[in-house]
Amino acid sequence: MSELAAAPALTKVPTPRLGRWLLLALMGWIVAYAFLGRLSAWLTHDLLRLSPATHLGSAVAFFVYEAPKVLLLLTLVVFGVGVVRSFFTPERTRAILAGKAESVGNVLAAALGIVTPFCSCSAVPLFIGFLTAGIPLGVTLSFLISAPMVNEIALTLLFGLFGWKVAALYLGTGLLIAIVAGWVIGRLKLERHVEPWVYQMQTDATDVPLPSLTWDSRLRAGLDAVRDIVGKVWPWVLAGIAVGAGIHGWVPQDFMASFMGKGAWWSVPLAVVIGVPMYSNAAGIIPIVHALIEKGAALGTVLAFMMAVIALSLPEAIILRKVLRPALLAVFLGVVTAGIVIVGYLFNWLV
Amino acid sequence: MKRIEVLGPGCANCKLLHERTQRAVQELGLEAEIEKITDFNVIMGYRIMSTPALVVDGEVKLSGRVPSVEQLKALLS
Repeated sequence: MSELAAAPALTKVPTPRLGRWLLLALMGWIVAYAFLGRLSAWLTHDLLRLSPATHLGSAVAFFVYEAPKVLLLLTLVVFGVGVVRSFFTPERTRAILAGKAESVGNVLAAALGIVTPFCSCSAVPLFIGFLTAGIPLGVTLSFLISAPMVNEIALTLLFGLFGWKVAALYLGTGLLIAIVAGWVIGRLKLERHVEPWVYQMQTDATDVPLPSLTWDSRLRAGLDAVRDIVGKVWPWVLAGIAVGAGIHGWVPQDFMASFMGKGAWWSVPLAVVIGVPMYSNAAGIIPIVHALIEKGAALGTVLAFMMAVIALSLPEAIILRKVLRPALLAVFLGVVTAGIVIVGYLFNWLV
Repeated sequence: MKRIEVLGPGCANCKLLHERTQRAVQELGLEAEIEKITDFNVIMGYRIMSTPALVVDGEVKLSGRVPSVEQLKALLS
């Protein structure tokens, strides 16, 4: 008798052991987080006898404090988002978006891009699925812009290293770019620039059988997400923080201000142009970003660079080329890039 | 003999599903032939929207997630 048949008896009740274990883990998390500052000070000053005034002392203190802090935050957030994601599927998102008028659709698509599980290799099947269900091109693109860019790793790291205001700004502007860029492209009526074979495909709303998930499997989905994502990303986080620690300890205070500071008006477009073809996951880039800003780089320039790196990339452009003809692909990249540049200037001006 | 296809263009999730499926089949002692499909045309032929996906004897069993080996065993048996 398969396990799934026994599932109804367990619906809504988490396995007692799993629930208790997770609760214990959460308490341990809170304790660890609360003691980080003291641990870092103790390790650097008392154990290693490094004075914070020295380059090495400053760098080590930075690393010992930030690395566990970021990893703890990541674990918690990835777990939470993993559980939230278990409620969403691309099929469900498509059902929600089908038939919505464009402006509303753009907003919904951008918002759903955050919570719908999305692997970038699914971009093509998803694009086709959305279009053949009648979802407008612009709305589909709003989703495709928001999904990679507004991701929980980037938001968590920004929150951990810069505080909630910057994270909220990133979230807000990221969504804004996704909504507006998608809406603009919709207005331009570029449907004939979609590769014709896309419209010939049929995707009836085959709802792939989803076993109705119990809370137990949702919690496990969260744990799976932690093991997969944090397990994959932690070396990058450590490397990024190490580089950040080096910059923090050794680079002179206002070094970055000269070419990445607010004064240099060309720094925003330049940063974005450099960032677009690059790809990195958020985990490696953000700690470096943090240290750069400390040394005088303007927040807007650096965040614009980060958005450009995460949201657009050569690999993604190559994948999208399968479904978008060159003119449309160029417009897509251009509009998103323009949005990022504007946001960069905005941040520089506001902050 | 079951025919199992693991669909995905080759990102890490797809490879993980492939590995876990192999383990599940092995642990169940099933007679099955497992094939990894990366060709988009074939993938679209099954009309799925997100990879990775698992197809057993022509029927799509799951798409867009990578279940644990235990869950796969329950699905396959």
